[in-house]
Amino acid sequence: MKYFRTHVLVGINETSKQAGVDAFLKTLKKEIETAGLMDEINVLETGPLGFFGKGICITVYPDNVNYDDLKQEDIQELVNEHFLKGRPVHRLLLNAGGKFCPKFNYENRIVLRNSGIIDPESIDEYLGAGGYEAWEKALQMEPMEIVEEVKKSGLRGRGGAGFPTGLKWSFTSPIKCEQKYVVVNADEGEPGTFKDRLIMEGDPHQLLEGIIICAKAVGATKSYIYIRGEYKLSIQRLRNAIKQCYDYGILGKNIFNSGFDHDIDIKIGAGAYVCGEETALIESLEGNRGNPRWKPPFPGLKGLWGCPTVVNNVETLANIPYIIKNGAEGYRKFGTPDCTGTKVYTILGDVAFPGLCEIDMGTTLRTIINDYAGGMKKGLRFKAALIGGAAGVILSDRLLDVNMDLNSLNQYSAVLGSGAILVMNENTSIVDMLWSILRFFRHESCGKCSPCRNGSQQLYDMISKIKKGQGIEDDLDKLLLIAETMQQTAFCALGQSPIMPIRSALENFRDEFLALTKK
Amino acid sequence: MYQEILSKYAPTKDNLIYILHDIQDSDPRHYLSEEAVQAVSDYLKLPANHIYGVITFYSMYSTTPRGKFIIRLCESPHCYIKGSENILKKIKNVLNVSIGETTKDGYFTLELCACLGVCGNAPVMMVNDDFYGDLTEEKIEEIITKLREVR
Repeated sequence: MKYFRTHVLVGINETSKQAGVDAFLKTLKKEIETAGLMDEINVLETGPLGFFGKGICITVYPDNVNYDDLKQEDIQELVNEHFLKGRPVHRLLLNAGGKFCPKFNYENRIVLRNSGIIDPESIDEYLGAGGYEAWEKALQMEPMEIVEEVKKSGLRGRGGAGFPTGLKWSFTSPIKCEQKYVVVNADEGEPGTFKDRLIMEGDPHQLLEGIIICAKAVGATKSYIYIRGEYKLSIQRLRNAIKQCYDYGILGKNIFNSGFDHDIDIKIGAGAYVCGEETALIESLEGNRGNPRWKPPFPGLKGLWGCPTVVNNVETLANIPYIIKNGAEGYRKFGTPDCTGTKVYTILGDVAFPGLCEIDMGTTLRTIINDYAGGMKKGLRFKAALIGGAAGVILSDRLLDVNMDLNSLNQYSAVLGSGAILVMNENTSIVDMLWSILRFFRHESCGKCSPCRNGSQQLYDMISKIKKGQGIEDDLDKLLLIAETMQQTAFCALGQSPIMPIRSALENFRDEFLALTKK
Repeated sequence: MYQEILSKYAPTKDNLIYILHDIQDSDPRHYLSEEAVQAVSDYLKLPANHIYGVITFYSMYSTTPRGKFIIRLCESPHCYIKGSENILKKIKNVLNVSIGETTKDGYFTLELCACLGVCGNAPVMMVNDDFYGDLTEEKIEEIITKLREVR
């Protein structure tokens, strides 16, 4: 085996692909060969690196140096200066010239601990990083033991609603029937959210391990990953990972002679936000329009083709291997007592380093913005943050020090949702923002129930009127009234959501709306 | 002519969405024709109205012929505050089409779509299977000129 003195990790994801990373890699390898360094420098293709530079990003180990926005013409200098002579090229460093270097928080990671470190296309690297050890352990456990462990860990669903995962599984696990299913919700459509894409691109095997442990716990022999059609790279990496699992006997019949069978299949969506709702997703899997179903019965009792079905989000399942391997106690070290574990955030907008980060539950918004995203962009002041995407809330600086966990936010009728954070500067119009959100709801309403179908149209008409300066003060109360009625009467979570951005926008920025209304 | 695609799938209703994807992708004009729907209907023994119901529900399907390149510009809040409206105007101008229309030469179709999950590079659009991010008005001209050269 060869020992390399330096490892160059190249992040391959949708962003870098768009910046031409394939051609970049080719030239990089050629230049390293020309310099005669092919036995010393190891170039590895990996997933998202955990920081969000522009374009093509690389990390160099053991120097732990990060570069971003690399171009073809930089390669020669990089090879000659850094790889040959050992001097990092300062002008190309991440945030060249600035003082700040964002925290990457490699220590406290669960879900992203391998992302950007191992090659997501190689099962051997995942195994080398301790992968599938939790699965081995789970195979020797009773199904209810696994459920109890997950219950004790305090893990709550990471898709938005925050339902306790162990409790969800405990409904399905004891049912005696021929067929049960696990469905993975990878139909990530919440605006501003792409954490699941990064998990699938960066460490697909971790998700698969979570799925089979879940399947064993609830007694399902078949899983479906429902993924949106736009996520081409995730689909490709998951397909590759599933194939490797079959080759290694981790999936299939009688896994490791345990008598347990399991198959995983990928199903591709066709573009509908509402399919993130679990019953709509099941309808879509069955080949129907993605209209939500009446609950109860909940999918845990009667889901896909009438069989008990556990539907979990990608991030939720990616937490499972860690819990089983390290025990519930090991997991509870992260986060707060009521809301354990970590959360993957995508921080966007007017911050110095937009990107993703995985942080303990309960970290304040101020810390997230200042320590992990490098604070505000130079010269801009914080005005508001949209938390949790369209079905989220617009917070003002008043709430910068609230702990970001499900319970603390609930006290301010806010939600954590999917973990998307959009930071806006003082020049952003909140009315405009709300208009855009309500346009989104109008477009994505599935049309099944009238409160949502008509309500979302009314909300859009009204906010358009206000935006044009033709509204009156009463319209603000009407917005709230319609949205409240929708919350009480709409069939599914989609129609019940517009109240959140509306109420929070009006509570925190009422003056801005009033300034636009006619006296 | 659809037999080759259909035979890849078991004739069960849950395969409908994938069959429709496959047929649409293999059509040079990226759409689902009446004949295609009829063929799927016969194969799956499903009424055509169920299939139309599904096609019109999901945003990735079309029942009208589309261009060689389908431009899908994100109109979600993140791209919106980064100026997707100006990008939309620019595309409309350069191509001389409105939303949902195809250029006369049959090259480009302009569509709007919801969040594509590449918000770090807002504003973003997809052209067929490729993402284009950090869009500016100049970039739009560049991208469209380049695509026009693909013959």
